[in-house]
Amino acid sequence: MSDKYKQTLDKVEEILDAQLGSDGLPMTTPGEMALDDQRRVKVLSPGMLVFKRFIRNKLAVVGLIILAIMFTFSFLGPVFSPYTQTQVFKGMKTMSREFAGAIYNTEDRYTVADGETFGSADRAAYLFAKGQGKADFSSANGEFYYVELVPGFNRITKLEVVVKTDPLGQLPKNDPAISEEFIKAYEANKKAGSFIFDDVLYIITGMKVKSISTEKEIALASTFVFDAYKQADDKFVQSHAFKLAVANAIADEKDTFQVEDREFTIEIDGKSGTVFDDSGAGFAQISDIIVNPLDANAFLSVEFKDTVRETMIAKGDEFYFTDKDGQEVHYKIVVVNQNYTIMRDKDTEVIRTFEPPSKNHWLGLDNNGMDLLTRLMYGGRISLMVGFVVIIIEMLIGVVFGGISGYFGGVVDTLMMRFVDLFNSIPFYPIVIIFGSVMDKLQVGSKERIFLLMAILGVLGWTPIARVVRGQILSLREQDFMVATEATGIRTTRRIFRHLVPNVMPLLIVSATAGLGGIIISEATLGFLGLGIKYPEASWGSIINTASDAHVMQSYWWMWLPAGTLIMLTVLGFNFIGDGLRDAYDPKMKR
Amino acid sequence: MSNFIIRRVFLGIFIVFFGAMIVYGVIRSMPSSYVETIARERAANPQSMRTYQEWIDELNKVYHLDVGIVPGYFGWLKNAIRGDFGISFIYNVPVTEKFKEVIPYSIVLNIITFIVEIVISIPLGILAARKQYSGVDYAITVFALAGLSLPTFFLATLLKYVFSIKLGWFPLYGITSRFYSTMTRPQQIMDMARNMTLPVVTLMMLSIGGLMRYTRTNMLEVLNSDYIRTARAKGLSEKVVINKHAFRNTLIPLVSYMSTLLPAMFGGSMITETMYQIPGIGYISFGAMQQGDIPFAMFYTTFLILLTQISLLIADIMYAVVDPRVRVN
Repeated sequence: MSDKYKQTLDKVEEILDAQLGSDGLPMTTPGEMALDDQRRVKVLSPGMLVFKRFIRNKLAVVGLIILAIMFTFSFLGPVFSPYTQTQVFKGMKTMSREFAGAIYNTEDRYTVADGETFGSADRAAYLFAKGQGKADFSSANGEFYYVELVPGFNRITKLEVVVKTDPLGQLPKNDPAISEEFIKAYEANKKAGSFIFDDVLYIITGMKVKSISTEKEIALASTFVFDAYKQADDKFVQSHAFKLAVANAIADEKDTFQVEDREFTIEIDGKSGTVFDDSGAGFAQISDIIVNPLDANAFLSVEFKDTVRETMIAKGDEFYFTDKDGQEVHYKIVVVNQNYTIMRDKDTEVIRTFEPPSKNHWLGLDNNGMDLLTRLMYGGRISLMVGFVVIIIEMLIGVVFGGISGYFGGVVDTLMMRFVDLFNSIPFYPIVIIFGSVMDKLQVGSKERIFLLMAILGVLGWTPIARVVRGQILSLREQDFMVATEATGIRTTRRIFRHLVPNVMPLLIVSATAGLGGIIISEATLGFLGLGIKYPEASWGSIINTASDAHVMQSYWWMWLPAGTLIMLTVLGFNFIGDGLRDAYDPKMKR
Repeated sequence: MSNFIIRRVFLGIFIVFFGAMIVYGVIRSMPSSYVETIARERAANPQSMRTYQEWIDELNKVYHLDVGIVPGYFGWLKNAIRGDFGISFIYNVPVTEKFKEVIPYSIVLNIITFIVEIVISIPLGILAARKQYSGVDYAITVFALAGLSLPTFFLATLLKYVFSIKLGWFPLYGITSRFYSTMTRPQQIMDMARNMTLPVVTLMMLSIGGLMRYTRTNMLEVLNSDYIRTARAKGLSEKVVINKHAFRNTLIPLVSYMSTLLPAMFGGSMITETMYQIPGIGYISFGAMQQGDIPFAMFYTTFLILLTQISLLIADIMYAVVDPRVRVN
């Protein structure tokens, strides 16, 4: 060991010792660094670099925030929403329903006596005679005679001929069946048209040959209607005998009358009247206003009819009536032409459709009475999920296709790229619309529809990704690391998918992010056209679908504005992020 | 060059042939009951001498629906090459006739949109490029991205709500208003213009973003190139540098962008036309396709594929013509 060497060694030791602290470890003065200090050379991984550049981009951060909000809204929102996706909200609503009809009766209504018939031919003959002002008329059933007891009551009788005169109006004098007193009575009353003989009323009809006949009660034609106070009495009140008795009482201006041994009193007030039975309770109502229930099985009480009639006579258009259960119900009277319709207010359970935003439903209710905010949350799930699934399908097909095409190059590449061209040439919307109507015709269920839609969108949209991957791989495969993989004899599939594809990943993510926005728009557009996701599943597009109806669009903004805004913001968020990623990944590549 | 064009044309023919075949396959898979409806109608006609079955056989034969998809496609193709696309199921006139009737609306709509779009987006794109990373640039970028993010139907609904319903400036639907037939010629043109305004604005707002960003990117590239630095170094005014040297060179990539006009013009803008019920080719074929009108749908989709191929060919040629530096192949 030479001296010189030892000297140097000592010197080095001296220097090193000087650097050691009391603890025997190298001493560093604060603020002083060695040239190769790790902290001096700040090495950032490529991923970190991209991230830093990305974070510095304001728009990208805004996009990230938007998307974070959207994901929270769609995936966490439903957890906090008090309602479910398909919960239908119902409410009570007062609705006016047609309840009864009323009309001022001007037409004769017929009450036929027991055991008799007065058919339509007879009625027509009667009406014709009445129009002509003739007191008698005849039909196939025989000769009839009518007399107006009081205005509105016509008593119709059937004539039963006793004897006929000769053409000069003379009765045969020598007929033993005809007494002379009878002839005398006839001669005396020839002009009057009727006479009483032996307490029997005889009617004289005919022009030259006169018939002398007795009459038999057939029917009562009246414009008045009778209503019984008690439903049980209805049959009796509607009977010919009762009505005739009433008409006779009115005609004779009597207050009391008898029917079938029962005593009745009658009170007339203008064009209506009330019949009381012997105990003084109301028995029947007489009026020229017909009130009928619209439901044939319903029975309207006389009190109700009376209230309707009073209101009609007073020309009022509404009234209150206390029904059986003691509830006061509001009725309205609507007049159309001569028909009065009584509308009853009834509380009905209805689906609360198109309800505007309120405290309980922040964005109102939709056309099915479902909470729109909740639907938007679930719809967001579907819309975002469709977006991601479709982009994954696109990426899978695109990477495999583009990877193979780019790696092999040459003829394979040319053929595969022509196939991409072919796929690319198929017009998107026409083909999706046709698919949509195929699904409509086959009546695909709403759940299966979502999956089919994802598949169709994915299959139609993978070509741009395949192109990106191919282009990238074409340039990558010429690089040294690929030569190395070849030299080490790694399997082809492994070379493509382990060594090439990971290198394509960054660019793939960039184009996938940018593509997501487009997919969400397509899905929403299809939903809007009614070809995408269908009720009861919700998606943002299908929620807006209701606004394709001009009326909904005009009147219910909450049906389409929130959903549209959500779509727009989400797509904007994806576009901002895609833009930011592209910028961050390759700053040389201009926006 | 001619070699390239010939190859490109052959590729185009190949794509049209197989593209139409795929579309035909999809359309045929539709369980169309339309032919049956027509056959029933015709058989019910008292003058009809044939039964329902005879009619349906006849119709199936005419539309090649009685054979499999591939022979059916060739049957269709044989007629189509001769220009016979059959009679539309739902419009009941020859497909080409209906096409001639409706196409002017689509062309006018798209040409106006295109002009407005260029007038607005190119200057804005250049402005954004000149002031890169400034407030103006950010504003324009946000505006462009917002335009790209708007779904057509939402924008159209929004515009209709504001301008038709709230303000009442423009009609909601259609190409003409109610009293069109009683108007004089200038009034009629004004009326159509009023009806076209909202569709044009919709189409423009949706496409303006893309063109603006495209212009900006190209302009940035040109502005960073050496010859612009030379021009500046020479002491040319900024105006001359931008307008004369830079802008002209940005036009080259724009040429290829413009070639997309062709499919748009004749293909119509399906969603927009449907939203405003403009009776152009887009709206008409939307209705046809939804109802399973095979002849019309086939004609329309094939036509679109063909147009896309032609426009791509034109773009390639124009690119080479405009910029001699572009090496063909």
